[in-house]
Amino acid sequence: MFLDLFYGLRDAGVPVAIQEWQALISALEKGLHGSSLERFYYVSRACLVKSETYFDAFDMVFGRVFHGIEGSLPIHDEILDWLRDPKAFEGLTDEQREMLDRLSRDELMRKLFETMAEQSERHDGGGKWVGTGGHSPFGHGGEHPTGVRIGGPGGGRQAMKVWEQRKFREYRTDSTLDLRQWKVALKRLRHLTRDGIASELDLDETIDETCRNAGEIELVFKAPRRNNVRLLLLMDVGGTMDPYFEPVSRLLTALLEERGIREFRSYYFHNCIYERVYKNGFLRHDESIPTADLFRQLDSRWKVVVVGDAAMHPAELMEAHGNIDPRAETETPGIKWLMRIHDHFDRSVWINPDAPSSWEMTHTTRIVKRLFPMYHLSVDGLGEAVSALVGARTAAA
Amino acid sequence: MSDSDDFVQFSGTEDYIASGPLVDAVNCAIALERPLFLKGEPGTGKTLLARHVAAGVSLPMESWHVKSTSKAADGLYVYDTVQRLNDARFGDGDVGDINHYIKLGPVGRSFDADQRHVLLIDEIDKADVEFPNDLLLELDEMRFTIMETGREVSAKHRPVVIITSNNEKELPDAFLRRCVFHFIDFPDPDLMRQIVDVHHPNLEQTLLDQVLIKFYWLREQNELRKKPSTSELIDWIAALQRGGVSQDALESSLPFVGALLKTEQDTEALGTYEERGGDLPKSWSDLGPRYNQ
Repeated sequence: MFLDLFYGLRDAGVPVAIQEWQALISALEKGLHGSSLERFYYVSRACLVKSETYFDAFDMVFGRVFHGIEGSLPIHDEILDWLRDPKAFEGLTDEQREMLDRLSRDELMRKLFETMAEQSERHDGGGKWVGTGGHSPFGHGGEHPTGVRIGGPGGGRQAMKVWEQRKFREYRTDSTLDLRQWKVALKRLRHLTRDGIASELDLDETIDETCRNAGEIELVFKAPRRNNVRLLLLMDVGGTMDPYFEPVSRLLTALLEERGIREFRSYYFHNCIYERVYKNGFLRHDESIPTADLFRQLDSRWKVVVVGDAAMHPAELMEAHGNIDPRAETETPGIKWLMRIHDHFDRSVWINPDAPSSWEMTHTTRIVKRLFPMYHLSVDGLGEAVSALVGARTAAA
Repeated sequence: MSDSDDFVQFSGTEDYIASGPLVDAVNCAIALERPLFLKGEPGTGKTLLARHVAAGVSLPMESWHVKSTSKAADGLYVYDTVQRLNDARFGDGDVGDINHYIKLGPVGRSFDADQRHVLLIDEIDKADVEFPNDLLLELDEMRFTIMETGREVSAKHRPVVIITSNNEKELPDAFLRRCVFHFIDFPDPDLMRQIVDVHHPNLEQTLLDQVLIKFYWLREQNELRKKPSTSELIDWIAALQRGGVSQDALESSLPFVGALLKTEQDTEALGTYEERGGDLPKSWSDLGPRYNQ
């Protein structure tokens, strides 16, 4: 049953590994769950789940695995009968009957639970909680004699509520790519730009080293900081790109927060790039600049990242006046503009959010892919794209 | 820690109301000797918890408030080279012994102490993305080596480590794997009553009711950029009490709203709402179904 929880969580995409599992097991060994299903829920959640975004998935798996536990308590009708009328139970000595008289009903109940807790522990160590946890919600029963419905819906329901109400649903993101992974991938964008010949005096290190040497001057040289990564991001918005809003905006966030980049600019377009690129996703004419200005303002050292699915009507790419927006003048076909971008800038890549398997199926994607090295919008793809932008040129590119 | 069976138990303190799950998570972390990793909305008392855990289990506390410039090594120890150079030039101190110039950081001190400590690493997400990774081994094995002297500092008593995060950055999996995690949920009205009671014990119940209705109503408004949190509520009540605001006045207006709303846009949004004749809630039934079960 425990392993069901473990593998259930893994199947649900919650990242749990042996290490978390061991933590839970030793927590249970130490009795931290206090033999209560509800506390077991919290303890296991604390040990296994490391982000509130997985709480909902955890709740669902937990509910599935432990559903109906309250109904399968190892308490038999016999005992129930006995509890209802202890003295009528056969097999008691007179002495015991006399003792029962002295025991209040409450004490009797408590005794019973104590005994049962001990027994089930001795019986099956692994399934400990089934024994103790199972009837423990009823442990409060001592205070409410009438409320002791062993095997029925007792306090267990209350505990069940916690995970059945799934209140963490809103935290769920179902994100396959998180911001951190983006950033790690992007980090290479700055790392690779700092090498060169050590020709610059490193003042801080020199002072540090001199101090380490207790006053003897020690000169330290370092490579000049050639943090020359300037990045131009061009993003396709609207239409077929709408489903990818989330990952694209995450990429943008990661880029904006990336401090290693010396200069960063981003513009938007719809489907294909023509005479103008837009400053925001609304694509309004008065908030746009001529694409040709990019060539004037930005020199060839700028790295270009185009994000788009490159899937459009062939006419939009290949023919004059192909722009899908009739208000914009488009004498030059889109492919010409793409070629100009490609030719003007030293390094450019195309990042496509569509699955790579579908690239060959779209006519326009095939054409764009011949022009720009194309990578998938995923952590791996981004890493490759970064290498293509700053790494050594490969023969294929 | 051979006597792990009777580990220290935390159960909240007089001034800090901790929910059951939180207490379980704290005790879980103490018993397993793993760091407790806390997340939650700002103002839900993450930082405060460490102080009260320390008080609750009567252990001294070391805290390390992480900044964007913090490096993992700073928490372990700092080698004060400039002081040493200074001493060398002016002939002060014992320059020959590097140990004089090694200053242990908060982590180092809590390892080196003769008594078990509570170690708070506050707002770990402020630092660089690699920061948590650089602390993995130190937190796992509770020891590190001072490179300059070769001395190994290992924890005499494993400190109770509490790490908080405001969720500004994602933390690496390898780091999270070693922690016990707890998400401090925003308190519901009942828990909030207890919390307020700790801070303002003499508050009239009817007034408190009005305060809470307004407060939870504000939190429900999606237009607000920054939702008011517990600490702001406490401040607001203090302001209301000092200002002598009566219950009637509170029913139809929101005095001292500056204590609750911290951005201009939010105050403006509320202003436009009132201008347009929007009603403020007067009873719990004016709020959503979440508060009326």
